[in-house]
Amino acid sequence: MSSNSQKKGFGATIWDYMTTVDHKKIAILYLISGGFFFLVGGVEAMMIRIQLMKAGNDFLSAGTYNEVLTMHGTTMIFLAAMPILLAFMNAVSPLQIGARDVAFPFLNSLGFWLFFFGGVFLNLSWFLGGAPDAGWTNYASLALASEGHGIDFYSLGLTISGFGTLIAGINFLVTIINMRAPGMTYMRMPLFTWTTFVASALILLAFPPLTVGIFFMVFDRLFGANFFDVTMGGNTIIWEHFFWIFGHPEVYILILPAFGIFSEIFAIFSRKRLFGYTALVFATILIGFYGFMVWAHHMFTVGLGPTANAVFALATMIIAVPTGIKIFNWLLTIWGGNISFTVPMIYAVAFIPSFVAGGVTGVMQAIAPLDYQLHDSYFIVAHFHYVIVGGVVLAILAGTHLYWPKMFGTMLSEKLGKWTFWFFFIGFHLTFFIQHFLGLMGMPRRVYTFGADQGWDLFNAISSAGALLMAIGVIILLVNVVMTVVKGERVGNDPWGDGRTLEWAIPSPPPFYNFAQTPLVRGLDPYWIEKMEGNKEGMVYAEPLGDIHMPNGSFIPFVISLGMFIAAFGAMYHMDGHVWALPVLIGGLAITFGSMLVRSLKDDLGFHISKEELIADNERIQREARALEGGKKGGLK
Amino acid sequence: MDLNKRYTPQTWPDHPETATLEGKNKFVGFWLLLAAETVTFASLFATYLALKDKGPSGMEFSASGLFELPLVFAMTMILLTSSLTSVYAMYHMKNHNFKAMQAWLGITVLLGLAFLGLEIYEFNHYVHLGFGYTNSAFSSAFYTLVGTHGAHVVFGLSWFIALMLRNAKRGLNMYNAPKFYLAALYWHFIDVVWVFIFTVVYLMGVIG
Repeated sequence: MSSNSQKKGFGATIWDYMTTVDHKKIAILYLISGGFFFLVGGVEAMMIRIQLMKAGNDFLSAGTYNEVLTMHGTTMIFLAAMPILLAFMNAVSPLQIGARDVAFPFLNSLGFWLFFFGGVFLNLSWFLGGAPDAGWTNYASLALASEGHGIDFYSLGLTISGFGTLIAGINFLVTIINMRAPGMTYMRMPLFTWTTFVASALILLAFPPLTVGIFFMVFDRLFGANFFDVTMGGNTIIWEHFFWIFGHPEVYILILPAFGIFSEIFAIFSRKRLFGYTALVFATILIGFYGFMVWAHHMFTVGLGPTANAVFALATMIIAVPTGIKIFNWLLTIWGGNISFTVPMIYAVAFIPSFVAGGVTGVMQAIAPLDYQLHDSYFIVAHFHYVIVGGVVLAILAGTHLYWPKMFGTMLSEKLGKWTFWFFFIGFHLTFFIQHFLGLMGMPRRVYTFGADQGWDLFNAISSAGALLMAIGVIILLVNVVMTVVKGERVGNDPWGDGRTLEWAIPSPPPFYNFAQTPLVRGLDPYWIEKMEGNKEGMVYAEPLGDIHMPNGSFIPFVISLGMFIAAFGAMYHMDGHVWALPVLIGGLAITFGSMLVRSLKDDLGFHISKEELIADNERIQREARALEGGKKGGLK
Repeated sequence: MDLNKRYTPQTWPDHPETATLEGKNKFVGFWLLLAAETVTFASLFATYLALKDKGPSGMEFSASGLFELPLVFAMTMILLTSSLTSVYAMYHMKNHNFKAMQAWLGITVLLGLAFLGLEIYEFNHYVHLGFGYTNSAFSSAFYTLVGTHGAHVVFGLSWFIALMLRNAKRGLNMYNAPKFYLAALYWHFIDVVWVFIFTVVYLMGVIG
């Protein structure tokens, strides 16, 4: 079981990852597959910008453009941003609360594989008759009219991956409620754990409406139901409501963990306790709460009436208040700090003005009458890219640099990291700032081309040039990753030198059982407290060294997810009248429920690591740490 | 956890479902899952209310004309009683009386099957009247809401049966006690949802 004790063959490593229930390995799986989908979504973005580079371009046909546009949004939100954030949540938050693992290691693995198979299913649409083409919002009146199976790939793929996300959300909630180390009270939890907690609560309550809406879509398209078919008494607005009751909290599911990552970065690299910790926590909770009350601001032009629009407009503006509180707390954390401008810190500092710009345009759109002007224009595109790229993606890039050593035990190059930053940051503003003006000039979003006489040529060309810079930044990051992996220089527990929270108190990467002894938490920033008191041991421990109970690995999560993947094909081709479709649907579901039954009936009690093994492993860790000290100082100095 | 450890009613903890960390985790996690389920059903109810009596022009079906209370009232009573018998089962689980627990669970399952049989009869009846799934927005919303509940009943029954068979020979221990407890909790949830279906779909439907 102990993967870090000996080298394994390639096949054995693959099998290990396919059956792992270790949150740190699942984090790596999320990072790799989320990173892959990020590249796919990035290529789609580049195709969009190439098509719009000049007036009347014919790089993509109108139909293909719709597919690329839809898949860009869907991939980036569901298959790139969320999984990469889940990677950090998995890698870091159990360590931050001093837990040995998540509450449900088996479900953690199941959540990943469901996401993975859902994502693969969605992307197979490219090879099996065409991708979805009704936008990532998939409005019913468009989606029902879409021919081929693109929309079905969307619906079924997102259903499968949505289950995975829901499971992950429940898992983190229970982990944080039940598995905190002694002394780790709620108000001593690091901000990243807090944002994981609130984002998980949003996942819990926001994904079911999406699942319901998508099921209606599946039933309408594949089984003859009439939820959205107006001629049969249906109502196409129902989809919009469910989509946005999910969709708006989804925005906060993405941005809250991003806020968490930046909160950690500001404290670490300002070498200061977070300013206004309590206010930050309550702002996080408030944002999560309000996140559920504003969905109709996406539907101002639908015609819900002035009362509904006014209520939702006000609720939307209120969200700016807790967000503003956060911004000022971060600024005051930096203020008077002993700042070091490492790569994560540069991203964090760049995040503040970028995100504020996105927030300001958000408040503009909250003004319902103005939104009638801005709706469906490039102004909206500029706005949500400012919050998503300027907030979430910058956090993902910063988090990759920050947590890379904790996840892999090596350090990404700071020099290349800075190159990535400058290319990406300049490219980002070049691409999207000018789109505000394109929107104000009247350019509608989602159009595949524009005329030479409309006067949008120059601004679109500038925007496309910016996209190229971002792509260069990402390529440099890939080079950085490859070089770091090849070099393989190990780092110690606390490679940044100023770690404050528990994850920096144990080796990088941590042993598979995490803490040999559960640490005792004596306040906010527990590791920093021990450092300041000159504790050479690292931490004070809450228990004597003893046997540790660990969960067994399992192949069942993979099989359950595979069953749903197979069943989805059956459900989809059933509509075309293929004879084999129904058996495939039933067979797939039989695999899923059969393996669930096996899981339920077979006792799985886990295993124990004995105290002797722990002592031996600890000696190995000490030896490696000494070798590292002797060879070269770990981290940045 | 030692599966072979023998308990007596005296050594058995007061709350076996939360006596271990695994049990506690399952307990909290399951309540959270029920929160997600609540949102799911809330969405289905909202859709049903929005699409009630809506169909193609000239549709002959309406809630007040279609639904009849006697059968549905019987179903309601059966399901409510099954919730009570599952409470008895959990009472005996907490007293470490395995045989009595199995017996009450058996009665619960029989009542659940009776409910399910009546529901299938009811759906079959509507379909014979021409009120099929694809008939109208109203029919789609009705079958999806009530059918989703029915699917939950099927899942709950399968869960009970699987647990009863699996543990028939070995009795209660700290490993399976939380499982029985959660299955019973799930059953209560199904019951509560049905109370809302009875009220919103049938009572409000018949009133018009």
